[in-house]
Amino acid sequence: MKVTIDGIELEVEPGTTVLQAARMIGGDVVPPAMCYYSKLKDTGGNCRACLVEVSKGSEADPRPMPKMMPSCKTGVMDGMEVKVKTSDRALDARKAVTEFLLINHPLDCPVCDQAGECDLQNLSFKHGLEKTRFKEEKRTFEPENIGDKIQLHMNRCILCYRCVHTAEQVCGSRNHGVLNRGDHAQISTYVSAAIDHEMSGNMIDVCPVGALTDKTFRFKSRVWFNKPFDAHRNCDKCCGKTTLWMFGNEIQRVTARKDEFHEVEEFICNECRFDHKEVSDWVIEGPRKFEKWSVINQSNYTRKMDTVKIDTEKHILEGRDQDRKKISMTEVPYKNTENS
Amino acid sequence: MGQKILFEKIHIPGIKTYDVYRENGGYASVEKALKMNPDDITEEVKTSGLRGRGGAGFPVGLKWSFIDKKSGNPRHLVCNADESEPGTFKDRYLMEYIPHLLIEGMITSSFALGANLSYIYIRGEYMWVFKTLERAIKEAYAAGWLGKNIKGSGYDLDLHVHCGGGAYICGEETALIESLEGKRGNPRIKPPFPAVKGLWQNPTVVNNVESIATVPWILLNSGEDYAKIGLGRSTGTKLFSVSGHVKKPGVYEIEMGMTVDEFMNSDEYCGGMIDDRPLKGLIPGGSSVPILPQHLIFKTANGEDRLMTYESLADGGFATGSSLGSGGFIVYNDTACIVRNTWNFSRFYHHESCGQCSPCREGTGWMEKILWRIENGQGTEEDIDVLWSIQAKIEGNTICPLGDAAAWPVAAAIRHFRDEFEYHIRFPEKIKKRDHFVNEPFEKVKHLLNTVTI
Repeated sequence: MKVTIDGIELEVEPGTTVLQAARMIGGDVVPPAMCYYSKLKDTGGNCRACLVEVSKGSEADPRPMPKMMPSCKTGVMDGMEVKVKTSDRALDARKAVTEFLLINHPLDCPVCDQAGECDLQNLSFKHGLEKTRFKEEKRTFEPENIGDKIQLHMNRCILCYRCVHTAEQVCGSRNHGVLNRGDHAQISTYVSAAIDHEMSGNMIDVCPVGALTDKTFRFKSRVWFNKPFDAHRNCDKCCGKTTLWMFGNEIQRVTARKDEFHEVEEFICNECRFDHKEVSDWVIEGPRKFEKWSVINQSNYTRKMDTVKIDTEKHILEGRDQDRKKISMTEVPYKNTENS
Repeated sequence: MGQKILFEKIHIPGIKTYDVYRENGGYASVEKALKMNPDDITEEVKTSGLRGRGGAGFPVGLKWSFIDKKSGNPRHLVCNADESEPGTFKDRYLMEYIPHLLIEGMITSSFALGANLSYIYIRGEYMWVFKTLERAIKEAYAAGWLGKNIKGSGYDLDLHVHCGGGAYICGEETALIESLEGKRGNPRIKPPFPAVKGLWQNPTVVNNVESIATVPWILLNSGEDYAKIGLGRSTGTKLFSVSGHVKKPGVYEIEMGMTVDEFMNSDEYCGGMIDDRPLKGLIPGGSSVPILPQHLIFKTANGEDRLMTYESLADGGFATGSSLGSGGFIVYNDTACIVRNTWNFSRFYHHESCGQCSPCREGTGWMEKILWRIENGQGTEEDIDVLWSIQAKIEGNTICPLGDAAAWPVAAAIRHFRDEFEYHIRFPEKIKKRDHFVNEPFEKVKHLLNTVTI
């Protein structure tokens, strides 16, 4: 099947979605996705951040689609033409979604554990407005304890349903979900149950914002002060391949390895994530690389640094020359000498 | 008197019971259908030009023809009786007063689709109607119209009534299916459409009560006869539930093509405005469709007579027209406050948004909060523009049409009644008295907008 995305032609297998096709191209063409998660089934379609304009339906039916389509749920048809960054309508819709998502999401990035690796932060950086038009009171929730490993901060939740799908598909048992309707909807456990499944920690990794964070890492450090290393250990429950977030020789946090779209490569178990915080538990493979623009990269010591060359003498001499002119003031006669 | 199809027998005493219904020619269509080829029934419905009466107006026969009969999976017919739109209460009349008509329609339609298990999904608040339907279904089972081998034809059909939990969103067909499956009533993303993968991943058709109740008449007479009633592509009769400031609110069955003027002012139907006060606005199809201002109610923008048809009511798009929707005919006189009314609708949609997709979840709440402020005299000048921009951002960007339903009333109110919004913002002291527009109709205070400058 042939699909054209922003003028770039691509051959894809039948059953591919527009988002997957765009990810094959990569770069700016990829629409942002807050709820879609390629490693989980049936995700996507909720956040509407990935809306695109289909300017040509297919070869058989070339009519453009009247509505904006969620790229994560729209299957590619042969001869389809899609506009992502070249469509004003799509960019407007994305701006609108960003604004809507930020309505009830507190801007507490300075104290949020997700800051630096938050998808919403990236989305608003690219598509957000400079100031908010929302003057009303934000929705708030009472803090709720959902277990000893995961911290739920419901005020930050954007209801992407990723954690619900994770619980269903990765943990195999679900004792939490979405309660209530509209903007009162909230993630909660049913009848105050605790989330204690051995794969439950993956909910932290799939959460695009800081609604579900690691209780063992809370307030310990900012992610950009940590140095990420790829590491592995023999684990009978999961693949055992992880990223260690180190501060000096201390392992502060263990997460699954994430790809360029911030999606985990393989899910890991709670034992690897929470119980092994000694360097001796792990075989360290080497530093983990992140995208160039990632905040985490700001402290990346592995990249080649530019040599800083300071031309001290040249600058000083330049200054002296300027000072000399100011002091001498050849055009201005020195009147006082005549009187003295 | 126009032709009556659904209300033909509704006034017969005791028509609720099986015996009386059967004596008056009930279930004749089932007898006829069972001898027919199912595909011919679908063809007959196609010929009739019957359009879905739930709001979208999609041709029923065409919808039936989409059902995937080749897959070999069991098929289902689901009747959408989750009628929860403010201003719409027509299906309740049918189900309450002549429940066997719906059951008859369900049997003939299920036979046409080859469905052996059908459901009526009814709104949770209609508990007494639910009981009426259950009683009627029991009677139909006892008389052999439902169950195994119906009347010796070899066709089996089981029919169940399912009571909803009281969520407006469950009137959307995919949310209805989710709810019927026992899940949270969140709409599914289409495609796949229910005709391919619906209830339990089986091919399913979801039709409104009124649509299904019309099928027996079409089958007994003919599709052509049905197509002769009405006007153009709006064939047949339609139920309108009239509420608001008219002398005779209620549910009326009319042949499509009648003028709005005749419907509103003739004694047979609405009987004119209550207390003979002037007309201010009209919502022709339930709260989700745009309101029409006074000058666009009886005449379209081209100066033609506005008719009670899908096409005429939608004439000129939403800038000068509205939509027939589900037939919730709401009339306002000059004492109605459009801002308060819009806020009330917005409050409803905020409360009923399922919370699945972000524009609807966040946008409906935002609109309600701004409208509440304007209504309570706390609005600012830019609020109207922000409201306009929010509704434009919700419309078309959501999973299901609830987002559009929430956006359109706000858009139409601002488009046609912007000066009322401005009045609310500029004269908060008058607004705070709460009796605005009741003692002081807007027409009398409108001049203030021109005399005072800020």
